[in-house]
Amino acid sequence: MIKPISAKEIAERVVEGKMFVLDVRNESDFNDWKIEGKGIESINRPYFDLLDGVEEVLEHLPKEEVVVVCAKEGSSKMVAEMLAEEGIQDVYYLEGGMKAWSEYLLPVKIGDLKDGGSLYQFNRIGKGCLSYLVESNGEAAIIDSARMTEAYEDFAKENNLEIKHMIDTHLHADHISGGRSLAEKTNATYWLPPKDAEEVTFSYEALEEGKDITIGHTKIEIQPLYTPGHTIGSTSMIVDGQYLLSGDILFVDSIGRPDLAGKAEDWVSDLRDSLYNKYNNLSKDLVVLPAHFGKISELDEKGGVSAKLGDLFEKNSGLNIENEAEFRKAVTENLPPQPNAYQEIRETNMGKINPSNDEQREMEIGPNRCAISE
Amino acid sequence: MNVKQTLDTKGLSCPMPIVKTKKAMDTLDSGDILEVQATDKGAVNDLSAWSKSSGHELLEHKEEDGVFKFWIQKG
Repeated sequence: MIKPISAKEIAERVVEGKMFVLDVRNESDFNDWKIEGKGIESINRPYFDLLDGVEEVLEHLPKEEVVVVCAKEGSSKMVAEMLAEEGIQDVYYLEGGMKAWSEYLLPVKIGDLKDGGSLYQFNRIGKGCLSYLVESNGEAAIIDSARMTEAYEDFAKENNLEIKHMIDTHLHADHISGGRSLAEKTNATYWLPPKDAEEVTFSYEALEEGKDITIGHTKIEIQPLYTPGHTIGSTSMIVDGQYLLSGDILFVDSIGRPDLAGKAEDWVSDLRDSLYNKYNNLSKDLVVLPAHFGKISELDEKGGVSAKLGDLFEKNSGLNIENEAEFRKAVTENLPPQPNAYQEIRETNMGKINPSNDEQREMEIGPNRCAISE
Repeated sequence: MNVKQTLDTKGLSCPMPIVKTKKAMDTLDSGDILEVQATDKGAVNDLSAWSKSSGHELLEHKEEDGVFKFWIQKG
């Protein structure tokens, strides 16, 4: 008997468990993007090479507990059944396949706010995207929302929160924002930096320096901080004087790439100024909460991703390039491949095109690739 | 193109297009050309990779009104 395993259970194994994965997608998909984690071991055998039998692969598998994974589910079920027939105990298939894994959001509590509220990170582990929910006194703001907004809606319902603000730190190129759609649904205000919104087809509230956003009756201010570089409008936020939401400007292990909107050369000096001057002048005690992680090793034991700004100025190589020419080289040359369908994703986020749900899922497949290094 | 057999897998999702293609291919002779029609997007990458790994040649593929068509010559 084969059993389904949900993306949620996979997330638990990735954060603190163990798992052996047989990935039956084709080789190029596997090499591009796969389930990773400290305790995760995986091998790749395309399902179409196993149609005549699984004997060849058996010797590479444990005798019990194998999770078979494919793009959507169908092929993994077929291969899982073949493995079970060969006597492997506890064969699982990933429910909904890599598509479901790419879409799962793990909520992780980051900490309390001074006046009784709290801040949560929603980790889209499969794609490396991080979004945030700030709550205080029954009100909530969501920052850099994923396309799948049910996770935030469910969370808000369970905790009796009214979603008041949906905020994007910049116009995203790796994923479709859920900000606008959830704002419409909940009558919340949708905020976007105006310099990233010059071509958008909808109305929005301008996210600008000096405009504080208050959540709840208690004073939990979100202060926007104009930090161009990844996009011309990129805006960071300081929440409650404790947390620096750095968007795609600064990551834990890397820094943002300036090329996804086609303006790498123009934005290099903005990116340098944002990181080396604006961030350098902030309190080093701020906890940096980025919009992405690159490596699974950045996750802590709860599945969260964060770091003290002071520590990053010591350890993050992107913050330690003294020579300006060298910095230019690092952020414009030998960059990783761009995120899948990044141009169409930008156009969707501007409201210029309206792909179907299936097309949107397809566009978002693969890793985020928003940093200068993988 | 001298197509020996046409296989319709429209509406079927992974892994069925490849399972059926393989079955049809097993009945053909070396050099014969099989035309496969599919609507599953994943079939594009998978049929090319499968053709390569099983020694067949994917001669051509194109999309027409949402239907993917493949011509595969048996190796």
